[in-house]
Amino acid sequence: MTETNLRLLKDIDEPGLHTIDVYERRGGYSALRRAVTELEPDEVLEQISEAELLGRGGAAFAMGMKAGFVPKGDTDNYMLVNADESEPGAFKDRVLMQKTPHLLIEGCLIAARAIDAVQAIIYIRGEYEHQADILERAVAEAYERGYVGKDILGTGWDLEFVVHRGAGAYIAGEEMALLDSLEGKRAHPRMKPPYPANVGGGVYQGPTLVNNVETLCNVPYIINFGVEEYRKLGTEQSTGTKVVSVSGNVRRPGNYEVPMGVTCREIIYGLAGGPPEGREVKCFLPGGSSSPALTGDEGLDLRFDFETLEAAGSMLGSGSVIVVDDSQPLVPFALRLAEFYRHESCGKCVPCREGTNWTVKMLERIDSGEATPMDFELLAQVQTNIIGNCLCLLGDSMAMAVGSMLEKFRDEFERHAEEARARNEAALVEQSAPELAAAPSIGPM
Amino acid sequence: MADRDGHPNGSVRAEHPLVADRLVGLDRQVASTKPSVAAGWDLPADPDKGPSVVPQLADVDVPPELQDEIEYRMSLYPDPRSAVMPALKTAQRHHGYLPPLAILQVAAVMKVTPAYLSSIASFYDMFNEEPLGRHYIYVCTSVSCHLVNAKRVYDAIVEAAEKLGLEDTDVRAFECLGACDMQPMASVDGRYVGPLDPSDAPELVLALREGRVPLPGRGLDDPDHMPAGAGDPPPQEEAP
Ligand SMILES: Cc1cc2nc3c(=O)[nH]c(=O)nc-3n(C[C@H](O)[C@H](O)[C@H](O)COP(=O)(O)O)c2cc1C
Repeated sequence: MTETNLRLLKDIDEPGLHTIDVYERRGGYSALRRAVTELEPDEVLEQISEAELLGRGGAAFAMGMKAGFVPKGDTDNYMLVNADESEPGAFKDRVLMQKTPHLLIEGCLIAARAIDAVQAIIYIRGEYEHQADILERAVAEAYERGYVGKDILGTGWDLEFVVHRGAGAYIAGEEMALLDSLEGKRAHPRMKPPYPANVGGGVYQGPTLVNNVETLCNVPYIINFGVEEYRKLGTEQSTGTKVVSVSGNVRRPGNYEVPMGVTCREIIYGLAGGPPEGREVKCFLPGGSSSPALTGDEGLDLRFDFETLEAAGSMLGSGSVIVVDDSQPLVPFALRLAEFYRHESCGKCVPCREGTNWTVKMLERIDSGEATPMDFELLAQVQTNIIGNCLCLLGDSMAMAVGSMLEKFRDEFERHAEEARARNEAALVEQSAPELAAAPSIGPM
Repeated sequence: MADRDGHPNGSVRAEHPLVADRLVGLDRQVASTKPSVAAGWDLPADPDKGPSVVPQLADVDVPPELQDEIEYRMSLYPDPRSAVMPALKTAQRHHGYLPPLAILQVAAVMKVTPAYLSSIASFYDMFNEEPLGRHYIYVCTSVSCHLVNAKRVYDAIVEAAEKLGLEDTDVRAFECLGACDMQPMASVDGRYVGPLDPSDAPELVLALREGRVPLPGRGLDDPDHMPAGAGDPPPQEEAP
């Protein structure tokens, strides 16, 4: 991508960008100054709304609308940053926090201003110890310079800021579970409504605006350069740029910032170098491990934006592209993916707790050649029965990914099971009657 | 994602008379942790009821530095209970893991039941109720790393750890650590290293055993490590 298309990652390789001096020298905190001293909170909100910034955490909900639901006046409002990034394949928030923590803090402060918050909290996943250290230092610097704390920039606005470290639970990234986790409980999703933005629905029962790291990192740009400039990149519905994490079978895995609407081919081949020599893209998950797979043929020429991928039966989600090349057997891949969700299911809702477990068991049977023909139907059915039947989307995420692979590569799943069965048989014969090993099959065990 | 109609009007500030009412008798618990609907159904423990007791600080021997740190953590949040995870982490660092004594100490300082803390410690992956070691190597074997043979890296590290007698270290296959740009990778006490090859295993283990930084220059934020978004191609191998 050309330099001019970079917004979030513009200065990313600048040495010392994580310090406030370098960040300020690069124009940092000018947006906050403007938002706090020149604009009214409602005007800030209006700009975010008009930019139609969609949430980058997975659900693509309009940030301005969500912030607009937060009541102002007699409630203690909270700004909660979702930095629990734990979805397999996602690593964009990590880079942002590690390289440009002040951009996140500035975006978070502007959003906090728009909802008149009294407290900002960054909930960062426990494994990001290094990034949490960097953020903590950055927050302390921001306190020192008067961007956080009492009477911010002389306006009389008070805001406290804390970095909260998780302890290893993917489910804590789900926004309702995030609230419970932050309150010191097990990360179990809550029933909605009330939603976090409602009175009684958020953390400590105060209205809470929950946003993803990358979403908030877009905010200073909007305030600095205006809505029109912001919308110059991206599509009509998916405005701005997206930091895409590309991983799996590509030559240059990494984070790339692209305008929304470039083709998937440009991302996978142009930026990430495509699969290794002589390999083709068998399929890819365009929105992290939670998104339905697209085959290379159907997906590569699609535009990478929320509306196009949704229309194609998948989703942009968190924007993490996992590429699978044609040397990879899909059954072990799907199994690994399902194991993740089984491990991370919090166990509150039955369809997810049992469904992820049975999915793993059935995939194991397929992988090891013990599957019966009925298992394929059952596997597909279990996926359908999870979707829409739980408090949160953790189970759905697995069901969509595994379900799509099974549907699109049913032949391969069946062949895989058949080949494994044949291997088992041969081994059995070899073991029990070596003299018969060369003879034809003796049937299933 | 919010309800357009909102919630019945009302303030949740602690001064509110309705809220103040509920505060009576609830030690250390601010109104906000108390749900307005179906009162108490998701409260893990009510210290005033049931056989579970909150240990008294006077009865438990808590090292002063541990107590200070936990109290400091509690002071950072609007509701001190938010400090449960940070407090358990502090205790885990202190003891190396979370034995019943550690749980008891945190419970006494935070004024919650030990059972409640155990429920938290057993839920989150990074808390160990067994002594697994003061150091850790989490090898990512999740979806993306799986595609580039992470299992072989993990096996090699386990083998090297056994052969070289690495002690006091929790070697685990871990889910995605959020660093697929250096796939396959591992987190060594929070320092991310990668891309890894099975042949790196002995050196990684030796360094950890001898207290050196493992694989210098290959850590995520090492000065000469790859810049964001421009990683070198990882060693790719054919799948079997
Ligand atoms: C199982 C599950 C895990 C999630 N994990 C994360 C996460 O780690 N980080 C994140 O920003 N959003 C995550 N989300 C999405 C959040 O629920 C929520 O939509 C998001 O934080 C809202 O922020 P945004 O509007 O800025 O995107 C997850 C959702 C689910 C269902």
